[in-house]
Amino acid sequence: MLITGDSISFLGNVDPETGIVVEPGHELYNKSIKDKVLVFPQGKGSTVGSYVLYQLSKNDVAPAAMINIESEPIVAVGAIISGIPLVDKLDRDPYTLLKNGCRVKIDGSNGCIEIKNYNHQN
Amino acid sequence: MHLTKEEEQILNGEHGETLQKAIEILVALGDIYDADGLIPIKSAQIAGVSYKTIGDAGLEWISDLEGEVKVPAILNPAGMDLENWNEMDISKDFARKQQEIIDAYRKLGVNTKCTCTPYYLEGFDTEYGDHLAWSESSAVSYANSVIGARTNREGGPSALSAALIGKTANYGYHLDENRIPDVSITVECELTGSDYGALGYQTGMMVGNRVPLFHLKNTPSSDELKALGASMAATGAVALYHVDGVTPETQNIGFEQPSENITIEADQIQEVYNTNSDIQNSDEIIALGCPHCSGDELEYIAQLLDNKQVDRDVWICTSREVADKNSQIIDRIEKSGAMVVCDTCMIVSPASENYNMMMVNSGKALNYVPGMCKIPSKFGSIMDCIREAGDNNRNNKN
Repeated sequence: MLITGDSISFLGNVDPETGIVVEPGHELYNKSIKDKVLVFPQGKGSTVGSYVLYQLSKNDVAPAAMINIESEPIVAVGAIISGIPLVDKLDRDPYTLLKNGCRVKIDGSNGCIEIKNYNHQN
Repeated sequence: MHLTKEEEQILNGEHGETLQKAIEILVALGDIYDADGLIPIKSAQIAGVSYKTIGDAGLEWISDLEGEVKVPAILNPAGMDLENWNEMDISKDFARKQQEIIDAYRKLGVNTKCTCTPYYLEGFDTEYGDHLAWSESSAVSYANSVIGARTNREGGPSALSAALIGKTANYGYHLDENRIPDVSITVECELTGSDYGALGYQTGMMVGNRVPLFHLKNTPSSDELKALGASMAATGAVALYHVDGVTPETQNIGFEQPSENITIEADQIQEVYNTNSDIQNSDEIIALGCPHCSGDELEYIAQLLDNKQVDRDVWICTSREVADKNSQIIDRIEKSGAMVVCDTCMIVSPASENYNMMMVNSGKALNYVPGMCKIPSKFGSIMDCIREAGDNNRNNKN
């Protein structure tokens, strides 16, 4: 799991060949989103970002799943065309429940997540 | 969101993977925006055509789709003139990729004419009250405001999905309640021609994505309204505006005066003309036709260029269909040395990057050129632009 409080513009912020965040100043700068459950508030920027998610997926460097506070069209459309499970509007705030390295099971069809190693101290 | 039995079947994959993905996109957007269902559309206009903007990512996605669009669908401008790209300083590699994108859309039954002004083309006649799924922001603004049709600003994948399904999600500007003006703009000076682009440039920044109701001293032409809407959609996110007594919904529906009013004075219009006006650059291109020229605009440009010879590169951007219908006017323009460029424009073509300055008559282009073409831009009327292109009289060179 990879968590950021920064929004992501897939066009420009992420290298479609490697899945590495290339935007200096982004909280995830230099980190790879490949195979991660990527938690971010929402997408932003160019609508071409939807296609970049598709390209990440074709290059096998896409996130395994995505969790948003509230999805907007760029990421929602990108997730569908790439077959990446996406959930949003969870009943509880993912930023208080989840931490980097958490293991979760995502059910994109029903919009819910199951936390495998929940830390009760949170 | 309510789906019909057939829509449910498509969503369950009973009509193949492409249609399943397409309806998933429409339903996801409908869920985000609280749509009650899908509604039939008359036509679609699809953004995401220039290889410069969508790159390999977009090309791959479109190439992987199968099937055929259910309603007339047309493309936004490409990155080059599809017939005369070799006159535009376009690399062979770019041209090959661009052609692959066009071919991928053609395979899906999309009309591969590339224009931001689909409303000028046969087969895309659009009438008051029609529901559409158009992408290009200036075309969306024109359809909603000048024609009184109804469309949201669709992204590339959602417009293509709508074309494949023949429907779009019923939210946003498809609904009466979202078409009511929420800010009033009173213009205190007389306006003509490119002043409307300047007005849109200034007011777009002020109103964001709201619906303005203009009170003007003049009655603008449809070309002037096109320029106003295009600029507002570029510096703001205005997808619908009204002009009191001019645009159709102010007459057919009638609106109450919004409580907030903005006043625009002559000096705010002049400010747009002052942008970079002191910079003279020998490596300048002059580009008209953002959005693509109408037949009337081509005729006006031809009149100004008759018996003149331009001394720098001048592009006149239009759709191929409008150019073909006005071939004698095109000949007159090209006699001056200006180039009529079809299927593309100064913003989405990489060829613009070969210059150091661009002069335009469009508030939209003025806004996008610095970011998209990485060169400064300046603004003038069509007449200012033609004057800047060289005053040489062809028959009487001094």
